[in-house]
Amino acid sequence: MSQDMNLTLKVWRQPGPNAEGKLETYKVVANEHMSFLEMLDVLNESLIAEKKDPISFEHDCREGICGTCSLVIDGRAHGPQRGTAVCQLHMRHYKDGDTIVVEPFRAKAFPVIKDLSVDRSAFDRIIQAGGFISVSTGQAVDGNAIPVEREVASQAFDAAACIGCGACVAACPNGSAMLFTSAKVAHLGLLPQGKVEGKNRVKSMVAQMDKEGFGFCSNIRACEIECPKEISTENIARMNRYYTHAMINSE
Amino acid sequence: MALTGLFLILFLLIHLIGNLQLLANDGGKSFNIYTEFMSTNPLIQTISKGNFFFIALHTMQGLLLAFKNKKAKGSKYAIRASNNTSWASKNMALLGTLLLAFILMHLWHFWFVFKFGSNYDVVTINGTEMIDAYTKVSVVLTQPVWLISYIIGLIVLAYHLNHGFGSAFQTLGLRHKKYTPIINFVGKAYSILIPLGFAIIPLYLYFTK
Repeated sequence: MSQDMNLTLKVWRQPGPNAEGKLETYKVVANEHMSFLEMLDVLNESLIAEKKDPISFEHDCREGICGTCSLVIDGRAHGPQRGTAVCQLHMRHYKDGDTIVVEPFRAKAFPVIKDLSVDRSAFDRIIQAGGFISVSTGQAVDGNAIPVEREVASQAFDAAACIGCGACVAACPNGSAMLFTSAKVAHLGLLPQGKVEGKNRVKSMVAQMDKEGFGFCSNIRACEIECPKEISTENIARMNRYYTHAMINSE
Repeated sequence: MALTGLFLILFLLIHLIGNLQLLANDGGKSFNIYTEFMSTNPLIQTISKGNFFFIALHTMQGLLLAFKNKKAKGSKYAIRASNNTSWASKNMALLGTLLLAFILMHLWHFWFVFKFGSNYDVVTINGTEMIDAYTKVSVVLTQPVWLISYIIGLIVLAYHLNHGFGSAFQTLGLRHKKYTPIINFVGKAYSILIPLGFAIIPLYLYFTK
């Protein structure tokens, strides 16, 4: 038997990028089987029925792998549950009568588009700056042609788990994108195919990151706590190492 | 930030080792000989200039970092939930500013007076005339108001070190499965033992006078 729960939501409403925003209070009836986003869908349905402007929020796969959803719930990026994106947060973790505050990811480099949707294209530009490997077109190379040490492969894989959602930036009191950038730098830089362009990659990605107006890392480590993929700050140390090496060794 | 920080961390240890001579029960003889050596030896004087420079550099880097990061964050959340991050890590700028005030007070007490003032006694030890730094230090530190100020300053230092020590290694990219836990343990121990070591001196002087 699922019990209905009456919730009070305080949601950040902001009509546009340059408009003033504020928290508005809504009542919604949810049940424990809903995901957090489905609960917001229910609220939006009722807002539409009342001919009111529905709340804008981002979502896509709803199975925790695309990195599109982006909410800060009661001050926690992706909500209170560790290692999950907000789409995988279910209402069974809440109880009848709860008040929940929902805000957008906040950082200068992530301007609000509307309500809870923010512009995260800064991440795309960081990837474009160096988050790739250059390969000749033609026949695909055999997957096992280049030997990769087991331990290195799994470290690269752990870094590659980053879905680029931006929770690290949202959680960081400095608005720093070091965890995201370092995950991409480590993911490619650890593997033989990515090592080739390693020096230029770390230099251009860090340069782009700074250009986008992200803050600097002061090792608070809120990012790794809030990361839905539990990316470790070990990658930040690794990126610092790569960066120092690239700066000393480049011409 | 990390490099200047590590230099200052090392400086603290040397400073403490020197200061522990205040505990020697010889009427200040060894401490006075030590201060005379420290203020006349050319190598020490060069390092001392470097130390002032690094404090200034560390302060400027820190302030710049704090301002840029505040700007990069932009607006604040309505609710700031605790997520198991350390308080010190989020308040390094505040702790650093308090420490700067503490250092200025400290320099006023024990540096400015000896360098430019005349409000101190002179003693003759082994035929050499030198400043009686021991008496000056004991007089200042045993006044309750300064005693408490120094203890507060040292508590601030403890928190600043608690984050700073390990953080410096992380920034330099020195992270290792085996060594990082050791570095972090040493860092936590250092952040408690160094301020404690400094605090014992005025407390000892206060309770034995």
